[in-house]
Amino acid sequence: MNQSQSDRPGRGDMPAPGGLPPASSVGSAGFPGSLIGYDAARASGAGRSGSPEARAVPLVQLRGIRKSFGDLLVNDGVDLTLLPGEVHALLGENGAGKTTLMRILYGLTRPDGGVIEIAGAARTIASPGDAIGAGIGMVTQHFSLVGRMTVTDNLLLSRAGAGRLDRRAGRRMVAAAAERIGVHVDPDAVVEKLSVGEQQRVEILKALSRDCRVLILDEPTAVLVPQDVAALFASIRLLTAQGIGVLFISHKLGEVSEISDRVSVLRRGRIIDTVPTAGATPARLAEMMVGRPTVGVRRDDRDAAGGTELADAAPPSAPPKDVLSVRGLRLAGRGKEALAGVTLSVAPGEIVGVAGVSGNGQTELVQVLCGLAKPTAGTVTVNGIDVTGADPEKVIAAGLGRITEDRHACVVGKLTVAQNLVMEDLPRFRRGPFLDRTAIRAHAERLIEEFSIKAKPDDPISTLSGGNMQKVLLARTLARDPVALVVSQPTRGLDIGATEFVHRQLLARRAAGAAVLLVSEDLEELLALADRIVVIYEGALVGELPAAGADIERLGLMMAGQSAQSGAAA
Amino acid sequence: MTIAYLALLTAMLTTATPLVLAALGEVITERAGILNLGIEGTMYVGAFTGFLGAELFGSAWWGLLIAIVAGVLAGLLMAVLTVTLGVNQHVAGIGTTLLLIAACDFTSRLKYGGGTLPQIPKFGQLFADVPVASQFLLTYVTFLVIVPAAWYALRATGMGLKLGAVGENPEAADAAGISVARVRYAALAIGGALMAMGGAFLSLAMLGSFTLNITNGRGWVAIALVIFARWRVWPAVAGGLLFAAVDALQLQLVVTPEFAAVPREVMIALPYLVVIIALAVSGRNLRYPGAYLQPYRRT
Ligand SMILES: Nc1ncnc2c1ncn2[C@@H]1O[C@H](COP(=O)(O)OP(=O)(O)OP(=O)(O)O)[C@@H](O)[C@H]1O
Ligand SMILES: [Mg+2]
Repeated sequence: MNQSQSDRPGRGDMPAPGGLPPASSVGSAGFPGSLIGYDAARASGAGRSGSPEARAVPLVQLRGIRKSFGDLLVNDGVDLTLLPGEVHALLGENGAGKTTLMRILYGLTRPDGGVIEIAGAARTIASPGDAIGAGIGMVTQHFSLVGRMTVTDNLLLSRAGAGRLDRRAGRRMVAAAAERIGVHVDPDAVVEKLSVGEQQRVEILKALSRDCRVLILDEPTAVLVPQDVAALFASIRLLTAQGIGVLFISHKLGEVSEISDRVSVLRRGRIIDTVPTAGATPARLAEMMVGRPTVGVRRDDRDAAGGTELADAAPPSAPPKDVLSVRGLRLAGRGKEALAGVTLSVAPGEIVGVAGVSGNGQTELVQVLCGLAKPTAGTVTVNGIDVTGADPEKVIAAGLGRITEDRHACVVGKLTVAQNLVMEDLPRFRRGPFLDRTAIRAHAERLIEEFSIKAKPDDPISTLSGGNMQKVLLARTLARDPVALVVSQPTRGLDIGATEFVHRQLLARRAAGAAVLLVSEDLEELLALADRIVVIYEGALVGELPAAGADIERLGLMMAGQSAQSGAAA
Repeated sequence: MTIAYLALLTAMLTTATPLVLAALGEVITERAGILNLGIEGTMYVGAFTGFLGAELFGSAWWGLLIAIVAGVLAGLLMAVLTVTLGVNQHVAGIGTTLLLIAACDFTSRLKYGGGTLPQIPKFGQLFADVPVASQFLLTYVTFLVIVPAAWYALRATGMGLKLGAVGENPEAADAAGISVARVRYAALAIGGALMAMGGAFLSLAMLGSFTLNITNGRGWVAIALVIFARWRVWPAVAGGLLFAAVDALQLQLVVTPEFAAVPREVMIALPYLVVIIALAVSGRNLRYPGAYLQPYRRT
């Protein structure tokens, strides 16, 4: 049902070819006016009905966008239409070319071919400046905020001339834009001190303050906790009611169903189809994305994969009972303690899930376990070896594998995929004083094949899509056959296929007798994979329960800080 | 032992002027993410072209103008190398310094042979008989106009905001529609002009002529001052004054009998020693501009 070819907007009712009509007749400072100034008839034309027959002039019309990197064709003649007041979701596997397409629309990447029409008129968008001028705003997968500046200054950045800054007007602008999306933001807060959810709000405010009519959100929910996702969706609804069109990228089908009006599916750089969300089931969307039916990993798969029983039958030379064990771990934090006495152990063949609202000590726990932070008290043992406060190198040598949440911190962007794949395992690839390039390459090719990473061994890792970067990390860690695994947010930003793949890999490690500590904000992931779930709150474990048949409500209460007892009593 | 405090103060302000000008120039380029190690060469070029201009046109003002133009050109040379070509900033900067100094020395030998260089019309001092206040006009302009203007521009104007954004997070600046390259070119041009003014102050105000090695490492001192000041304007001025004060002090001390036994070399090294100590004390936990040394390329 791709309407882009058939439903060309009539040129008669086109606004002046300078770009989109201003959202507000009052001018850029008077945001509240935009609700009134906006042509309501256009909004209702698309609205939530998602009717492609809408008479409204599309805000954006992409025709035949092509882009290749080297001999890799990333966008292969993409057509896409965004109507006023709609949320148009873009779905696709990792590396399908979603981000590239959006970067082209925002002037960050130059297309090899194709036409971009804004409000019915073809426009050349050669830089973000052009895009902003055309009323397009983008919140990138990695934020583009200046961390050391205040919220106000970040907003002023794109609109300031050379002369004196009117910070007072800037503060008013922040307040007005915040009101438009129904949130409160301190205009004088330094951006780097804000939480991820708040930073994302600042990104949206930035786009709105420039009077954007088209808002691109590239995986906005990947870094958000559930409460922030709900707030974001509320904001999006406020914006679409004002006639703004939103391009929304996510790997979570539930979110796509909830927020979008139409969905376009991108596979290997081509639009497979554009359908109204109302008529599409998640299963159907998943099939369109991957090209085959998919099933997520569920508890039954886990049980089928074996586990504890298998490990119990291990030979007598088996490692000590608890492969990974943590006693009374404490870590000083800013103000209050980041870790306030965590005691935890993971047996071979067991997956222990750590649930909690982000910012309750998960990051710090993982850092301490991986040797990236020294605890103020307590011990960490891996495989019976005391590695408290040891360097990452020693921790790895003791048999710990780690996949941490900040994947950019774990790869060296300038090195190639092959080099990153052997980085933690160099001694194995040494020949005399030199590195054995042939062996490294063969190793990389094997892992790329095994983990179906969409990249070549010699690609610089910084050019990989988010999902593929994560696969590289996973491959690097699992290739070393660790006896204990610390895994944090392993599927953040991964598509369904890749998520399923990672889950299966983790279950396979469990079946092979590894002790796995899985930190995740995705409760479904924990419930599907873990044997036990512990809940972390303000740096302490406040409860533990078996994952099988776990009561989600009780988990939620515990995550909100109620201990197991009072949670049960409530 | 008596220290002539008024004389000390007077000498401090004069000596500090070229350092403060050069340090300000460096603050501006480094805030934009570019370490301009061409600073020593740019000062040298400022001193030499200022001298040439004054001799040619018979006026120190013409000398200053020509020095500023030369400084802008030196800044643009750095810009072509580091911004457009993406050359490593250390290499580009040291290369620029070596090239500019060699070019000046070569021209000077060609024009004047090995002999002494002529005296040129130099700037006179204002309030010649009033202690402390008897300074060159350029010193007044530096402390009363340029420094406050630079502070204000960096802090409260769109220019300053853009400069900081380009140096902290060029991707963000780019996404905000700011041309990273243009801002960096401008920063290097303005910075170069200030450095060259500092150099011209040496030949046009302090010396009234030109000699080989006239800058004598002042550019490197300015670099240290910028780091000491953590890229802020007023602390850089304070650092410049401190260095100048110690320098003036040692000049007095060498002629005091109590210090006659101290080797001359030790005294000369004193201000530099102070810089090193200041850096060692303040140089910990430094937070460099986010895009320091990073060329920016859109992918
Ligand atoms: N600058 C670049 N140079 C070379 N290849 C690139 C570059 N940018 C992207 N690619 C490649 O283009 C492909 C598409 O990348 P893109 O980021 O658009 O994917 P995506 O659909 O956003 O994936 P994800 O869901 O993982 O974010 C990937 O295979 C990636 O490796
Ligand atoms: Mg992407």
